[in-house]
Amino acid sequence: MAGKPVLHYFDGRGRMEPVRWLLAAAGVEFEEKFLKTRDDLARLRNDGSLMFQQVPMVEIDGMKLVQTKAILNYIASKYNLYGKDIKERAIIDMYVEGVADLELMVLYLPHMPSGEKDAALATIKEKARNRYFPAYEKVLKSHGQDYLVSNRLSRADISLVELLYHVEELDPSVLANFPQLKALKARVSNLPTVKKFLQPGSQRKPFDDEKCVESVKKIFS
Amino acid sequence: METKPKLYYFHGRGRMESIRWLLAAAGVEFEEEFLETREQYEKLQKDGLLLFDQVPLVEIDGMPLTQSRAILSYLAAKYNLYGKDLKERLRIDMYTDGTLDLMLMIAQAPFKPPKEKEESYALIVTRAKTRYFPVFEKILKDHGEAFLVGNQLSWADIQLLEAILMVEELSAPVLSDFPLLQAFKARISNIPTIKKFLQPGSQRKPPPDGHYVEVVRNVLKF
Repeated sequence: MAGKPVLHYFDGRGRMEPVRWLLAAAGVEFEEKFLKTRDDLARLRNDGSLMFQQVPMVEIDGMKLVQTKAILNYIASKYNLYGKDIKERAIIDMYVEGVADLELMVLYLPHMPSGEKDAALATIKEKARNRYFPAYEKVLKSHGQDYLVSNRLSRADISLVELLYHVEELDPSVLANFPQLKALKARVSNLPTVKKFLQPGSQRKPFDDEKCVESVKKIFS
Repeated sequence: METKPKLYYFHGRGRMESIRWLLAAAGVEFEEEFLETREQYEKLQKDGLLLFDQVPLVEIDGMPLTQSRAILSYLAAKYNLYGKDLKERLRIDMYTDGTLDLMLMIAQAPFKPPKEKEESYALIVTRAKTRYFPVFEKILKDHGEAFLVGNQLSWADIQLLEAILMVEELSAPVLSDFPLLQAFKARISNIPTIKKFLQPGSQRKPPPDGHYVEVVRNVLKF
């Protein structure tokens, strides 16, 4: 039997959280090796494990994958969460890229210099409410189906629901005017694998706190 | 007969240039509508073509596609430039993701204040020489093949050539320590479709200048 995937990253959300969500939603058990010190990162770099000297890195199927998008594409394809043909994949990609743009701002927020945080948070809220959430609400409303693409669960739904959870932490009333998104969130959250991942004690990471931010600064200094 | 893809963007490289390269390399003729005014942009918004109010926009096969990575992946798959199986596609994704990071830095630099812009360009050249080019030099050395993945032309090769040429515009001797990349550059540039795209008069766009920056700021209001 093939070994479980191993995720190499710091103990926090950062750029690895979407990978955790996708694996968990696909029902794939995975292990994590947390970087804690500069030496941990140096070791990975020196043994040639990091193609572009960067994490995230995921060991899977005998390979050491880097570049979050490449990692997510591979997992989504392998576990049939990427549509049935290239046209569906293009639509899924378009939706996923939109989520990723906003998610990047959200995941980076805790690590920003304190003087820049307020403005960044305001931008996130504005973009969520005025650009991104209306777009996805409209997609769901226009076809009235349970999932974003072709009436079938895909990585687009999983990544969007992850984003909804993350933005709600920052802006609790953000979904008030988006009934379709609320319904999608409930529906996806009730899938057995996702439900399990949402329980305490899962590998889902909390909002990157001060301790995590300090640790990251040290590792990447 | 299939309609030609139609590209909507500014008259410049930005995030559309990689798409032009891929179409050209695949030998696919395409049309372009250049955004010059705020009104044109607002019309695209009103017509519901811009999912996130952003360009690039490419109309292809009945779909209004936005998000450059989504567009590039679709084109790569459609024109057989995405490898022959999942593992090859994965390698292509890793390599193109790396070069796209570099090219995004290049696309964003012109919009920075002068001092930051100079620092950006310097960082781009450093990153190219220390982080990205050594990786591709090693890949070519390790397998000794003509192309990056699967011994045939792929999106990864096209994108790497594009990145090399753009970084050379910033620092002409940037490939001096990379003999295999020099050979790669010559080889890929000689592929007929790419050779044609590199000629004057093609749809390839020049480096960004002050006018380009001004038009983008006016249209997108920032």
